Amino acid sequence: MLSLSLAIPTVNTLSPPKPKPKSSLVQTASNQTEIFPSRVFVPNRFGYKLQAATTDVANGKISVAGEFSEEEEELPEGLNKELMPKHVAVIMDGNGRWARQRGLPTSAGHEAGVRSLRELVELCCRWGIQVLTVFAFSSENWIRPKVEVDFLMSLFERALKSELETFSRGGIRISVIGDSSKLPTSLQELIHEVEETTKDNSRLQLIVAVSYSGKYDVVQACRSIAEKAKHGNIQLEDINESLIERELETNCTEFPYPDLLIRTSGELRVSNFLLWQLAYTELFFDQQLWPDFGKDEFVEALTSHQQRQRRYGGRHS
Amino acid sequence: MTLHMEKGGISRSARRSLWKLSYLQRKCIFSVLSVGRLPIHIAFIMDGNRRYGEQRNLKEGAGHKAGYLALMLMVIYCCELGIKYITAYAFSIDNFKRGPDKVQYIMDLMLEKIELELSKKDSLFSRYGVKVHFSGNMELLSDPIKDAAKRLMVATANNSNTLLTVCFAYTSRNEILHAIQETCQEKLAQIQLQESISEGRISMCNPGQGNDVLKLADIEKHMYMAIAPDPDIIIRTSGENRLSNFLLWQSANSCLISFSQLWPGISCWHLVWAVLNFQRNHYYLEKKKKKQI
Repeated sequence: MLSLSLAIPTVNTLSPPKPKPKSSLVQTASNQTEIFPSRVFVPNRFGYKLQAATTDVANGKISVAGEFSEEEEELPEGLNKELMPKHVAVIMDGNGRWARQRGLPTSAGHEAGVRSLRELVELCCRWGIQVLTVFAFSSENWIRPKVEVDFLMSLFERALKSELETFSRGGIRISVIGDSSKLPTSLQELIHEVEETTKDNSRLQLIVAVSYSGKYDVVQACRSIAEKAKHGNIQLEDINESLIERELETNCTEFPYPDLLIRTSGELRVSNFLLWQLAYTELFFDQQLWPDFGKDEFVEALTSHQQRQRRYGGRHS
Repeated sequence: MTLHMEKGGISRSARRSLWKLSYLQRKCIFSVLSVGRLPIHIAFIMDGNRRYGEQRNLKEGAGHKAGYLALMLMVIYCCELGIKYITAYAFSIDNFKRGPDKVQYIMDLMLEKIELELSKKDSLFSRYGVKVHFSGNMELLSDPIKDAAKRLMVATANNSNTLLTVCFAYTSRNEILHAIQETCQEKLAQIQLQESISEGRISMCNPGQGNDVLKLADIEKHMYMAIAPDPDIIIRTSGENRLSNFLLWQSANSCLISFSQLWPGISCWHLVWAVLNFQRNHYYLEKKKKKQI
């Protein structure tokens, strides 16, 4: 395949990588098989995360003990409280690549990813975001090697068990969406227990999409509607967009439509995540790999979101 | 005479020469692009027409006329590159919220352009072998437009190089809703048929079985966009980063590219850049798939 380098006379393209004001940068050797070599910025906290991850793996726990602050924190400079999104969705991409770049097994990447998620949940709590939906495992991920899939299932179990108490105290409600029939029975039971335990919490709703596909969500909504129509509970003329919205798995929340979707690792696609729900969602693509996505990157995404004009097909006069 | 023509701008012969030169330049670039995997389907969200007109102090509606020309140029470029499916988001159902005179202007423009294409012996669509299809809730449109759209679809039905789908009175949620309604209607009809065959006995389809019968493919075949494969690339102009209710179902694995350029200002270079980005992502995804096998 040819390797091309073009100076394109465009004003701007999608989310060009921004230089980060980090004091120590490590530039890895560019991947020779890629057309466009990528620079990797390794933040200072890499060392901390790696150490913490290995410690946690050794102890069989996922997280460092900690509490979520009960007070809402003042927003960073540049962010307007009135314009904060109610619902943020995240595609947590890049754990595998993060681990490969450091010569670590993929499992270490996923462990580091859990830590990033915990940080993001904490930030959402502090900044008043009401719903956070994360794409943890796609229905298409089942084709990954069995070793990796089994590890991820056990990682979910361990993370849920170790975080349950913290989330309960922090007022976080956990909901899990996706085709749970494919999950190990023990995980299914744990999910049920976690959802029941946290169902009355109201500070932040964390929706974890596991074995989820946006198309599957619409298909199961359609099946449910067809069943109701078959039993005469609804007429065909009654099927409208509101009914479909109520049948989708995101009916577990008052705000089912994300205001902002963040995808990490530089991939420019939604990968079958929340298709119906993303109709008017602002999309933000970040070059960082998920374990490196932290407060600075989240502030950048929120700032970008707040600067956008949302018209929903109409016009601003 | 020549001086009079040149006084007003570039002469016709000079324009033809410039077009030939740019064609040769494109042919060169496209042959290089063709070494890699080319996208089969490119979709465009044509955003920014009004702003384009306002920025240049053009009269009301001129931006949309410029947008139409940009679409025709993009169709030409895609045909030259060998793209088999092109989809353009021309008018959303949400756009009916705009002022009635603004909506009417777009309807009139669409009608005018369709009639213009139908009247030409050697229209762009015939020259490039483009078949035109309209996707959307056509019942929301007035009869003259519905009729004109049908005539254009019939007139270009035998063209087979490229399919141009114009999404008019379209939103993705409306498309999915329509597909679900059709699917439910179809399944109910099947159940009723089975019940009548079993002569009034309880249907063999119990609730669990009914759920197993309804599959993804059942819904997909009722989509307005079932005539084309999922887009490889969705390009949006004017710097916005959202899908705005366009091809939500079909965009699951599409490469999403946003340009800050307003739609009437889009050029061949944007297309080249989009295809290069697609090729880079495609190469990475293929590598990932091979690792998983």
